[in-house]
Amino acid sequence: MSELLQQIINGISMGSIYALIALGYTMVYGILRFINFAHGDVFMVGAFVGYFVAPIVAPVVGGSGLAAAVLVMMISMLACALLGVTIEKLAYRPLRSRPKLTALITAIGVSLFLEYGGQLVFGPDPKPFPALIPSTMIVNSKFLVLSSNSLVVIGTALLLMVLLRHIIFRTRMGTAMRAVSYDHRAASLMGINIDSVISFTFALGSGLAAAAAILYASVYPSINPLMGLFPGLKAFVAAVLGGIGNLYGAVIGGMIIGLLETLVTGYISPIYRDAISFAVLILILLFRPAGILGRHETEKV
Amino acid sequence: MMLEIDNLEVAYGAVRAVKGISLNVAQGKIVTMIGANGAGKSSTLRAISGITRTSGGRIRFDGRDITTMPAHKIVALGISQAPEGRMIFANLTARENLAMGAYLRRDTEGIEKDMDYVFAMFPKLKDRIDQPGGKLSGGEQQMLAIARALLARPRLLLLDEPSLGIAPILVRTIFEKIVEINRELGTTILLVEQNARMALSIADYAYVLETGEVRLHGNAAEIASDDEIRKAYLGER
Ligand SMILES: Nc1ncnc2c1ncn2[C@@H]1O[C@H](COP(=O)(O)OP(=O)(O)O)[C@@H](O)[C@H]1O
Ligand SMILES: [Mg+2]
Repeated sequence: MSELLQQIINGISMGSIYALIALGYTMVYGILRFINFAHGDVFMVGAFVGYFVAPIVAPVVGGSGLAAAVLVMMISMLACALLGVTIEKLAYRPLRSRPKLTALITAIGVSLFLEYGGQLVFGPDPKPFPALIPSTMIVNSKFLVLSSNSLVVIGTALLLMVLLRHIIFRTRMGTAMRAVSYDHRAASLMGINIDSVISFTFALGSGLAAAAAILYASVYPSINPLMGLFPGLKAFVAAVLGGIGNLYGAVIGGMIIGLLETLVTGYISPIYRDAISFAVLILILLFRPAGILGRHETEKV
Repeated sequence: MMLEIDNLEVAYGAVRAVKGISLNVAQGKIVTMIGANGAGKSSTLRAISGITRTSGGRIRFDGRDITTMPAHKIVALGISQAPEGRMIFANLTARENLAMGAYLRRDTEGIEKDMDYVFAMFPKLKDRIDQPGGKLSGGEQQMLAIARALLARPRLLLLDEPSLGIAPILVRTIFEKIVEINRELGTTILLVEQNARMALSIADYAYVLETGEVRLHGNAAEIASDDEIRKAYLGER
């Protein structure tokens, strides 16, 4: 019983990381009907920004855990927001009127560029990610090991999701995003600058990916330039599972993938840890291509 | 002239929808474009708003060339449109649709006032204000589209078949409101209509379009009394 509880907490913690990444896929899809396959690599860059920034930031704010962690996360989010906006501007925008396949192939190109560029710049071997917040054991018994780490991950992710929901459903820019996702032309008739809304969407999604990366790296404190591959693919599956284009779907999908993965690892075999997401992907595509909350091209963000 | 269109051409692939239309709209007037289905009326309005690429000609607003200006900048200059098909954001509430109409404005108080103005004009909208746009009836969506275009506080309002799909008893109301907008707010209006009789009854000036060309233009009253027009568009023999 308590082992199950343990697994569930770990699953939700992992799931909230996938959910944060999945939100980026789903928002960009909602606006452009396009899968940004470089999203997982933006996540990777987020981890590296954290890695390089942490030693500089920590002494400045007096080394205290929380302040340093928050600052590192914000810098990484900002850097990735900028990266996301730049990628869109340089790689995707010039192709916007071309067939979707062109942009998709370009996204794969951008992904490879970041992965191999990352190896060139950062070196291919894994680097130890600094422990930003010293993980304390909240419960450490024979039955349940609960570190502050998983609670920090879940709490931070939750906070960011609430913030995102506020931006999208309560602000002028968020409303414009929903308008653009419904109809570009109608939105431009309102005076909405579509390009700015698209840039903003990439900034939001990439910022969330960076936050996810900092959380991920504090759970698995070894980072490398290819680390974005699997979390990226799994978050993509999560977004499709939840119903791509749907924000709540991305969160639900992320949680399901996180939980499934943890449970499969714990109760069946760790060998299937990565395979399970792809099994899920095949199942959804076969039986419910629109995903759990998907409603075939209606109400997408 | 507030709006000057010279030899406008619009093509969709091989289909030449607008073949050199010239048209003027003077400040403060109601000008109507009438003509059969497929005459190129909507294409012309879309070209003015910048949501359709033109393949020839010039569009000037206040003497300024807006032919290739992006749509959102044209709105900023003071042209808004209640487009064909209404283009309501089905996923946004009626209130959010109106807020998007006012997207470029920052004067919160002025927006509030204009919201009240459109609610007074279309009381039904107020009851439906928190419903998703997609849940509104055709008539309600039409009112919402007009109200939304008004919330931009345009100097030139483009209306594409506001009476389309509206219950016959509402058609008269809609036309009364159009006159009210013109008189009370001083908004210049370019009105596209299938309902030629109604349109001519409220317009100052009229253009009759036929297969992408201006067949005839003149004072609305003159056009309304033209024998051929009466036969072709007003269903008289
Ligand atoms: N998006 C489009 N793609 C292809 N042809 C179009 C499109 N829109 C309009 N047309 C064609 O252009 C012509 C003019 O259409 P339109 O401007 O909608 O006329 P109206 O509003 O007067 O009915 C018609 O022949 C129509 O079929
Ligand atoms: Mg039309």
